Amino acid sequence: MTLLLAILIDGLIYASWLFIVAAGLTLVYGVMRILNMAHGSFYAIGAYAAASAVGWYFTLGLPAWGAFAILLLAAISAGVVAGLVVERGILRILHGRDEVIMVLVTYGILLIFEDLIKLIWGIQAYYAYQPYGMLGRSKIGGLTFVNYDLILIVVAALIAGALWFGLNRTRKGKLLRAVIHDRESAELVGINVKRLFITTFAIGAGLGALAGGLAAPAIAVNPGLGIEVIVLAFAVVVTGGLGSIEGALVGAILIGLARAAAVNLLPEIELFVIYGVMTCVLIFRPHGLFALPTARRI
Amino acid sequence: MSLSIKATRFCKHMVVSLTLSTICVAVNAASDDPLKLGLVSFYSGGASGPVGIPSRNGADVIIKAINEGTLPGSYSNSGKGAGGRPVAPVYSDEAVDSAARVTEYRNLVQRQGVDAVIGYASSGSCLAITPVAEELKTLTLLYYCGSTRIFEEGARKYVFRTMASQDVENIAAARYITSLNPKLKSISGMNQNYAWGQDSWRDFKESLDQIKPAVSVKTKQFPKIFAGQYGAELTALARSGADVVHSSFWGGDMEALILQGAPRGVFDDQTLLLTTGGTAFYSLADQIPEGTVIGARGQGDMFAPESELNTWFRNAYKKAYGENPTFPAYYMAQSVLALKAAADKAAKAKGGAPAMDEVRAAMKGIEYASPAGTIKMARANGHQAITGVGYGTFTLVDGKPSLKNVRRYSAECVNPPAGTSSSDWIKSGFLGAQCKQ
Repeated sequence: MTLLLAILIDGLIYASWLFIVAAGLTLVYGVMRILNMAHGSFYAIGAYAAASAVGWYFTLGLPAWGAFAILLLAAISAGVVAGLVVERGILRILHGRDEVIMVLVTYGILLIFEDLIKLIWGIQAYYAYQPYGMLGRSKIGGLTFVNYDLILIVVAALIAGALWFGLNRTRKGKLLRAVIHDRESAELVGINVKRLFITTFAIGAGLGALAGGLAAPAIAVNPGLGIEVIVLAFAVVVTGGLGSIEGALVGAILIGLARAAAVNLLPEIELFVIYGVMTCVLIFRPHGLFALPTARRI
Repeated sequence: MSLSIKATRFCKHMVVSLTLSTICVAVNAASDDPLKLGLVSFYSGGASGPVGIPSRNGADVIIKAINEGTLPGSYSNSGKGAGGRPVAPVYSDEAVDSAARVTEYRNLVQRQGVDAVIGYASSGSCLAITPVAEELKTLTLLYYCGSTRIFEEGARKYVFRTMASQDVENIAAARYITSLNPKLKSISGMNQNYAWGQDSWRDFKESLDQIKPAVSVKTKQFPKIFAGQYGAELTALARSGADVVHSSFWGGDMEALILQGAPRGVFDDQTLLLTTGGTAFYSLADQIPEGTVIGARGQGDMFAPESELNTWFRNAYKKAYGENPTFPAYYMAQSVLALKAAADKAAKAKGGAPAMDEVRAAMKGIEYASPAGTIKMARANGHQAITGVGYGTFTLVDGKPSLKNVRRYSAECVNPPAGTSSSDWIKSGFLGAQCKQ
């Protein structure tokens, strides 16, 4: 029973982090058909911004709880600004190009950001560990968990809910879905696709940065952070189906639970299991679990 | 006709003389000719902060003192430069893939014309570079990587390693933890899933099998390097309830393990043993769990014996960079000083600036002073250093990081003797080990 509980809770915590990272990536692909390698950079920028801001905040001697607000604000705003710069500065010129070209371009942006991050923050590690331990810990079924990690599950659920609501219950969301379904037809009926692209990319970058910001208190924020995370994010969105928010959620949960089970039952296959899940899914559903239907062009 | 023959002979003499003098200039380096030294480590990426940059800083402090002739202690009368030649560093980043590391090494030697190379933090790099260094006949000092395979897979002529191999710190860890906890019954492992982590765990476990055979393994975790998220592994460790958790995690991974494990209380009842914990000693002092066993891969940093050279190095480093030198800085300094000591020895024997082949010959079996104590190139036919290893238990004293129960194991206690492989020596029960009780 304790083992099952451990797998379930650890799996959900890991899945929450994976989903927050992957949600922005899959959203951008769904709307803009850009497999954005630079998403890893937004994650890293969010982590650095959060770590810097939290470190600065604690030097002011203000109430500790304010660090959470600072963390979220710094990460999201840094991500959105970086996203807007990338979209307006580079991607705007390349809209409509082949997807492979966009992968190469965004990979180039990822590498540029790696150096930019080093120019801005240097190469020394940044720490923002205060918020991680501040919320205390809880015992569940004899196992101890840090409350910050448990809250991450709630945050991921809120983000999933907000994205679902935004896409399905709002006018902007419906416009986005129209663009996802058929960009040309959407343009023909008067939807301002360019504006939607800007909004989508900014949200995607903000989500990536938010994931980095939320991870920052539990890690040493070092150069190279973005490159490590992008591979995992790809595994999640490919498993779930490129461009599908539901797919990213289910993919993250599947991978999170499978990894937690491996770590607790057969640690030797921990690394294999993530990509094993992805491979198994792709054998039976080559476009992922929730692949979006594509219009047949004649 | 006669005039023509004389002219031809004159020309021949000129050509021969010029060729000989050119060869002489090439072989006998002039004393004002800089010794170009390739310095390779992780200057970008995740390993740069904890390893690469302190290493570079350590090298810069030592090279500056070598060139100004201001090294203290046994070097105080050694004059300026290494063997009389000023040292000119050429930096190269290790944070590229294995193939590119070899390309960069060739670039250093063949295009930039360095006289020697010091570098490589990763065992993968060292294993890739070693055959190339032998092929290019270039003096290469490995300063940080730990793989025992470097010298166990063949005799080397141009490659040296100036710190002990990775097995040594794990042998010492096994000795330390059993002396700290004589009732040790069970262990768990948390090591990265590549050669470094796997080998570290193997050597620690096999050493414990010899020292305390009844110790059982509760769980062994091998997460991917740079994974960053260890929630599930920490749960597995907490559930295992072992007496000791052995980890050779380094850099950001090791820091993340502390940052995630300490607030969960995973190490409240289990002793965390960090073989490379020294790099987090200052930066995460308020996060490291009380009672954590800290190692520094040798006798660098907090385990460095008191000496004039050590005090000078710490002060010079702190003055230059505003922080204490961590052990990677010590081991890079240790390597640069090996070159200085060998070059000075060769210059003394020759009576002038030596050729690099003469420096290489002088390096074999050399014994020299470093900020981390005396280093002996005593294994692998004089190509592999043996060093002592220190361990201590972390505690906060008045809010400042400190170590208690410090033990320094002598080189002869924890290093396999020359001609014996690490694995055979451990399995023999450390035959011939000279340990002071």
